[in-house]
Amino acid sequence: MSKKVESLESPSKVKKFVKSPARITLVIATVFFVIALVESITGAVDISSPGTSGATLRFAIPLLMAGLGGLWAERAGVINIGLEGMMIVGTWTAAWFGYLHGPYVGLLAAAVFGLLSGLFHAILTVKIGIDQAVSGLAINLIAAGAARYLSGIFFPPVGGDRTVSPPVETLPTFTIPMIAPFFKSIDEKEIFLISNISGLIYGVTTELSVVTVGLLLLLPLTSWVLWRSKFGLRMRFSGENPMAAESLGINVYRTRYIAISISGMFASLGGAYLALVASSVYREGQTAGRGFIGLATVIFGNWRPSGVFAGSILFGFTDALRVRQNESVMAILLAAAMIAGLLSLYYALSRRWKPMAISGVIALAIFWLNREVETIPQEFVTVFPNFATLIVLTFLAQRLTPPAMAGMPYRRGSE
Amino acid sequence: MKSKIFWGAVAPVAAILNSLVLVYLILKLRGVDPIEMFKLMASYGFDPRNLVSELNQTVAYYMAGVAAAIGFKMLLFNIGIDGQYRMGAFFGGVVGAAVSLPPILHVLLIVVTSMLAGGLWAAIAGYLKVRRGVSEVISNIMLNFIAAAIIAFLLSPSLLGVLPEGSQTLQTREIPTSGRMPTIKAFDSEIYSFLFVAIAVGVAYWVMLNKTVFGFNLKATGLSFRAARASGVNAPRMIFITTVLSGAIAGLVGIGTLLSDTHSYSMAFPAGYAFTGLSLALLGRNHPVGIFFAAFLWSFLERSAPVLEFEGVPPEIVIVMQGTIVLSIVVAYEVVARINLRQQQRAVGSVAAESSTTKEAN
Repeated sequence: MSKKVESLESPSKVKKFVKSPARITLVIATVFFVIALVESITGAVDISSPGTSGATLRFAIPLLMAGLGGLWAERAGVINIGLEGMMIVGTWTAAWFGYLHGPYVGLLAAAVFGLLSGLFHAILTVKIGIDQAVSGLAINLIAAGAARYLSGIFFPPVGGDRTVSPPVETLPTFTIPMIAPFFKSIDEKEIFLISNISGLIYGVTTELSVVTVGLLLLLPLTSWVLWRSKFGLRMRFSGENPMAAESLGINVYRTRYIAISISGMFASLGGAYLALVASSVYREGQTAGRGFIGLATVIFGNWRPSGVFAGSILFGFTDALRVRQNESVMAILLAAAMIAGLLSLYYALSRRWKPMAISGVIALAIFWLNREVETIPQEFVTVFPNFATLIVLTFLAQRLTPPAMAGMPYRRGSE
Repeated sequence: MKSKIFWGAVAPVAAILNSLVLVYLILKLRGVDPIEMFKLMASYGFDPRNLVSELNQTVAYYMAGVAAAIGFKMLLFNIGIDGQYRMGAFFGGVVGAAVSLPPILHVLLIVVTSMLAGGLWAAIAGYLKVRRGVSEVISNIMLNFIAAAIIAFLLSPSLLGVLPEGSQTLQTREIPTSGRMPTIKAFDSEIYSFLFVAIAVGVAYWVMLNKTVFGFNLKATGLSFRAARASGVNAPRMIFITTVLSGAIAGLVGIGTLLSDTHSYSMAFPAGYAFTGLSLALLGRNHPVGIFFAAFLWSFLERSAPVLEFEGVPPEIVIVMQGTIVLSIVVAYEVVARINLRQQQRAVGSVAAESSTTKEAN
């Protein structure tokens, strides 16, 4: 007994400090410190350069939109495997209507057609009650086929190639006054740590697309709806226990209809972002499995908006690094090893030996990998999100709290 | 018996008709004569030479369909067929090129390797499902991407791949003649003899399901996990074995092409077998003969679609058609199930009402 009390008492100091509101600040500061350190050691200065942070944001937004789309649907109790197809709907409609009537109309069209594709999934899974995975996969197939069919009919051939849309006018970008130049000046001074942070802030405050800002606002909106609004409560209730929800007078069907339609709209807007902001054309295969990575961020983010955001930033970051510089990937490995080492130290201080050992081994393994391997092949960097999600599902499944009835068929009045 | 076959075919035929109507409308919108297009596709698709290539493609689809059907019998949604097929074809190609054995033994080794590779890759998803409670849909989607990446990595020239002269696609080393399967000459083209393996797999699947204890346990677990468990079936173990079995069959998807045509695995091997397999199992009602017809329909549509290109119709309309068939078929099954349930409830209700009236009379 006394032993137990002791083990509860002794780590309290460390734990208290780390659990305090300062925790997030502390974690972020540590991560930055490590990255700054790694950069000065390895000379791979691209990790925290403004270019990388800007690219990370651009890569993260489509994943975030797909992830939030997945979140809306799953919170209401329906898994949306059709996210990829709905993103294709968004890329195609945004590019085509954008080409015809300007980018804003393109954006609007993507939203409307995305909503309709979500509604289609809702009718199939909620009203008719077919398997949610079959419906989602069929939507992926039909969307891909329809996009190619329609491209073949509507797009003017470019050298016999009809897989690329004509270019769309670009949307305006802006640089936040005062803030951006201020951080830029600090970034250029190359002070350890401080310059790294300013470089990052400069990267995400300069040449921002209006669409980026608009779509980012959907994150707090989702949070608010989910946790603070009446509809959000109904939605979560429908996902956790539809029968009980129905018995309390909640219209589960209608709630799911709305949630899944919005899910489709979000995913489609993510696709529109790819066509209108990340590039200025529709290109076949542009979504490149991002809908599935969006699905992964939902799991990775433990079915929470903030988690989805963190996941999409992380996956967007790996995407950005892959495109930009290969040394950075190696440097990031070193950073990961250091962070795992620090984690091990923290666990040692709080006397949790098993996690300490695990993170210690991970730190050594990554460190060894960093020493032994020259470059990490592109292919593995690409599938990092998929791999990370599988790992999370395997080892942290007990800590995940998915909506209890997500993916289960539900018929009104049945058990 | 006759009526059973008839009723079994009603929903798939209705689904196909439904999607034909949709395609008819789409073609009408395009401003071409739909009937003329259908005729064109039929005359091109039923041309003997094209029939042979359709048959070869049917065999590959058939394996994917059977793999999916084994999973479905257990209520498992094996969307990982894509990764399992890649693993099977890739390692089959690598091992086949690395050894030299007498002819039949060599082919046998390749086939066994492919089944092992596919089965082991599926075993990851099976383990996660049984031991960690991870939905096989999510894990398999992730595993498909990971399998593609692993193979792309291993195919780099410094490892297992070679880049033949004048080619842009990396491939594995060529399998020597002893490890190839003969082809049957027919109408100026060649039928893969792997067709017979596919037939054998179909028969084995039927026998396993209907004549063995294992098959009975499998179906029982699929129908009711709890009831099977209560009657002494080790249900988690059944789920694991079924997953591996499904993966092993999926590992054979690319073998016909590998052993009779290309003799090496390359990046040009097509993707997307997972959803095709699931579609075929749904359309063929998990029945070995039904799946065959579905697989033939799929490859027929794909082979005859390019002819539409000349009439100004993008051939991808076939993809839309396939998607619609799948959706129509699951909707039809769902509606039929609902009607059956209602009839049963009504029957039970009327019996209950009768017994209560007789009670009152007494």
